[in-house]
Amino acid sequence: MKRLLDGTVKLENLPEEIAGRWPDHTRAYHDAQNRLCLMECEASVLTEVCSYLFFKQGFSFASLVVEEEHAEFSLRYIFYSEEGQVHILHRIPKMEATVPSISHLVHAADWHEREAEDLFGLIFEGHPRLGDFVLHEEWPEGVNPMRVDFDPSKPYVHREVNPYWRPMRIVQAPGAFMMPIGPIYSDFAESAHFLLETVGEDVIRTIPRFFYKYRGVEKIAEGQRVGEVLLLAERFSGISAFAHSLAFCQAVEEISKVEVPTRAKALRIFFAELERLRHHVSSIAGICGSTSLAVATSQASILEEELLRLCCAVTGHRYLFGLNTPGGVTMDFSNEALQNLADTVQGLLEKLEDLKQMLRFSSSFLDRLEEVGVVSPESAAAYGLVGPIARASGINRDLRRLLPYSGYEKVEFIIPWEQEGDGYARLRVLFSEAEQSANIIRQVASSLPSGQTTSPPFEVTPGAALGWVEAPKGATFHWVRTGEDGRVVRYRITPPSFTNWHGFHLAAENFAFQDFPIIMATFGLSNAESDR
Amino acid sequence: MIAISWVLKGLQTGIKTTFYPRRDELASGVSPGLPGGKKEGGDEALPLISCCPTQALRQVGPQILVDYRRCIHCFRCVRGVQDALGWNSGYEWAAYLNKNDGTPPKLEKVFGRSLHILFVDGGACGACISELEQLNKPFYNIHRLGFFVTPTPRKADILLIAGPVTDHMRLSIQKAFDGMPTPKRVLAVGTCALSGGIFGPSFASEGGVQKLIPVDVGVPGCPPPPLAIIHGLLVAVSRKSPAFLISSRSVDGRKNS
Repeated sequence: MKRLLDGTVKLENLPEEIAGRWPDHTRAYHDAQNRLCLMECEASVLTEVCSYLFFKQGFSFASLVVEEEHAEFSLRYIFYSEEGQVHILHRIPKMEATVPSISHLVHAADWHEREAEDLFGLIFEGHPRLGDFVLHEEWPEGVNPMRVDFDPSKPYVHREVNPYWRPMRIVQAPGAFMMPIGPIYSDFAESAHFLLETVGEDVIRTIPRFFYKYRGVEKIAEGQRVGEVLLLAERFSGISAFAHSLAFCQAVEEISKVEVPTRAKALRIFFAELERLRHHVSSIAGICGSTSLAVATSQASILEEELLRLCCAVTGHRYLFGLNTPGGVTMDFSNEALQNLADTVQGLLEKLEDLKQMLRFSSSFLDRLEEVGVVSPESAAAYGLVGPIARASGINRDLRRLLPYSGYEKVEFIIPWEQEGDGYARLRVLFSEAEQSANIIRQVASSLPSGQTTSPPFEVTPGAALGWVEAPKGATFHWVRTGEDGRVVRYRITPPSFTNWHGFHLAAENFAFQDFPIIMATFGLSNAESDR
Repeated sequence: MIAISWVLKGLQTGIKTTFYPRRDELASGVSPGLPGGKKEGGDEALPLISCCPTQALRQVGPQILVDYRRCIHCFRCVRGVQDALGWNSGYEWAAYLNKNDGTPPKLEKVFGRSLHILFVDGGACGACISELEQLNKPFYNIHRLGFFVTPTPRKADILLIAGPVTDHMRLSIQKAFDGMPTPKRVLAVGTCALSGGIFGPSFASEGGVQKLIPVDVGVPGCPPPPLAIIHGLLVAVSRKSPAFLISSRSVDGRKNS
């Protein structure tokens, strides 16, 4: 379905517009300070309101947060755009546990609904495929680990599974067969499973099966202190640790209304961009590796290791662990050290530019990327893809620009984007973003404000807030609710890999087998981040 | 034409590979280090011990001991506290683990220069995997040491596991282990694989590889840097001597870095 965006209204006029369209079924408020429109919505019009926001108003779907309160479930559908955020609240009594599905219209919500079905036992009416998503087949029916009464401390007793069970084949043709990949495959691959259906050379259908790495991070976080949940936020996805810990810290700071010192904000931008640069260089190395271009892989890998060593030499940790804390950052650095670091990064950027120029003229390399793994702008929008993958498919959205946080509104940068949506477009976006990150690092290092790096110690007040960050892989949203004694009551992470794996099959279908690892590399997604 | 320029580019870059284990690697930033133990504890050390979120610090007699199986490099015992714990740089952290099945923990020297490694991800966060990937890249290049990565259990001599062993990966890990020919050894990489770290034990993870299969060598660290993993592999084939998983011995004067 194509999106028609003629009748878009400003966020402050949205409550009025909604009330006009669906009187008696909705209640909406506008919070100008937070650029937020909060809306309560009844079941009968939920689907209509969501698709109105998505198709007519140009909002992207961010997340579905389910919370269990005493006698009811509250579902919070979060949308965002240039205008700000819209939160749609829908409450249902616990006994009912049935919600109309919105994913047949807003397809981006598909996996969110499947996850909520598994973890909370909610039924989404009209959803074509529920069950066996987060929890694999050995989990008995009716056990939902995110429910309040579930005991997370001990292992759950599993049921016997039928060892002769085989997945259903959908492609029925002479010579059709099904090729399973994973969960243990390749050299240092993450645990994930893909069923590829084929009639020969081409992959007709790709059926991914994830959550082999489900560690129940959101459940473990419940009842823990903010300082302990910070460790989970940082370490559930080690390669984008700084971005995720930043999103969590921003949520906590928002709840407690803590002002972060300007120096801490600048340092956060500095390290977030350093992480993005390292991540992108690592992804570039992965793409070169997938096409077996040995020298280019080595060149990119050398830059990656040099960046890791730089991070460690300056902050003490190669992956920037232990740096973020609610209220600021745990360390201060001399301006001179950061200036030197920015200069070194510029040197590395020149080498990266050399690599880019050489790759541009390597026809054997380009042949394997161009017009391979294509995601069209329409599908990318329908699946709500985020990050470099979306920006390679013509979606020019970046949270640093849409909903600036941590002082990004004062930083000058461009958001690179491409139209083609193929592997080469994704590679070009990675190169350009790496360049932008290095420029931001230089900008921040040359204009560091002085002052404290943390706010004074503070008590975490009860409340709830959303923290968002443009992580290296794309937009991430962390919903945090704290209770009376400063402990976390509900923590919901929407990582970019979760959003983007949903659209992975778009790229992997109708291409040859030998393209599969290359498409995987150009997507460059993390299962640790997606599975949580 | 471009093929030649790639060759020239490679030659121009020169050799980047570390000389470890022949010589110590002295470049900065190769390791995040680990907290060192402390001789005098006393009552004033209690706030220090309680600041550790994973209970890696213990007071035994006059000393504060660090259990490296639990340390996650959160730096809370060194940053923002009075009387901070000392910090050891270095990377030779791998040690033998106790197990009760009677086999010696290390492989014989015959494997020393031809060791095939199977890696299984038991729910690692990505940082351990990223460090493992560096092993095949120019700076570390484990091929020069005779170590090879294989994707199949049938060819593997050593099973390398990272992550707290999630519930959904239990069966796969067990099958991979059973499918390996003997003699075989298991190397647990990272704090999660040794103790579950911050994730386990819980409903979704076992809390360490040892709960499922016998582990021979453990490499602490969150994540262990590539050189520590290389040390672990060398320890597993008797080419290096092991370190200790508790900081006490280093205080006694034994080299621990």
